[in-house]
Amino acid sequence: MITTTHYLVLSLVLFSVGVVGMVVRRNFITVLMSLELVLNAANINFIAFSRQLGQLTGQVFAVFVITIAAAEAAIGLGIIVALVRLKQTVQLDTVREMEG
Amino acid sequence: MDFIVTNFGAIVFYFLAAITVAGAVGVVAFRSPVRAALSLLTTFLAVAGLFVLLHAEFIAAVQVFIYAGGVMVLFLFVIMLVSSRMEPDESQYMRRLAPIAGAVGVLLAVLVGIGAWAATRAPAADVAALTAVAGQQAGNTEAVGWNLYRDYLLPFEVVSIVLLVAMIGAIVMGRKEKEGQA
Repeated sequence: MITTTHYLVLSLVLFSVGVVGMVVRRNFITVLMSLELVLNAANINFIAFSRQLGQLTGQVFAVFVITIAAAEAAIGLGIIVALVRLKQTVQLDTVREMEG
Repeated sequence: MDFIVTNFGAIVFYFLAAITVAGAVGVVAFRSPVRAALSLLTTFLAVAGLFVLLHAEFIAAVQVFIYAGGVMVLFLFVIMLVSSRMEPDESQYMRRLAPIAGAVGVLLAVLVGIGAWAATRAPAADVAALTAVAGQQAGNTEAVGWNLYRDYLLPFEVVSIVLLVAMIGAIVMGRKEKEGQA
């Protein structure tokens, strides 16, 4: 019998791996991908609780999270393209000032 | 054989969960961004499978369309676009973080242990409401649609404005700046 708690544990692991990826990698693209992992963990939580409570609100909010994730990916990758044009790098620690 | 039939949901869950976690670890561990991206794709598809297990068929389809389709293609495009400027050695940096990583790993193991213990005493869920429209049985997509457009119409419109702003922002940032233009 798989309960909501199983899904919460899975979501915890996914979230932690995502946060570790955001902290230890210096490649901007990998950091963005780790962020997607974190958002996916949030979605698993939403939908697990939607099942647990027998309410659809969690699924509706998962739709919103997916939308925001798509917007975030578009913006983040736009920043990467602009960054590469400006500095010829995607390594976060080489980008230290905001002015070009 | 009986074991497989009675525990089919659990077997599928553990299978998909293992793929999800393995893909996530791959995203963080692979040096090559293309491999990391394909690993992320594996995670997305496995999570879509988990959504089906959770009676969220519509979200599972959206996950495949938006994540595995749209977002993934965007990532791969940008990786190919900038792949010539990739990746000096990160091993030095990783070594300095090893003690913190160990502490976080222990904490995570404790949390997973607590969760596994709590899972043995959690109540069962009631899923009939996830496919009900106005008290009658319907499909999951129809039920989500009713909820989305009746109870959450304003958030829906706000999200569409966020998407519009994100699109304009991405175009402005991705655009080549011409001579004489700021």
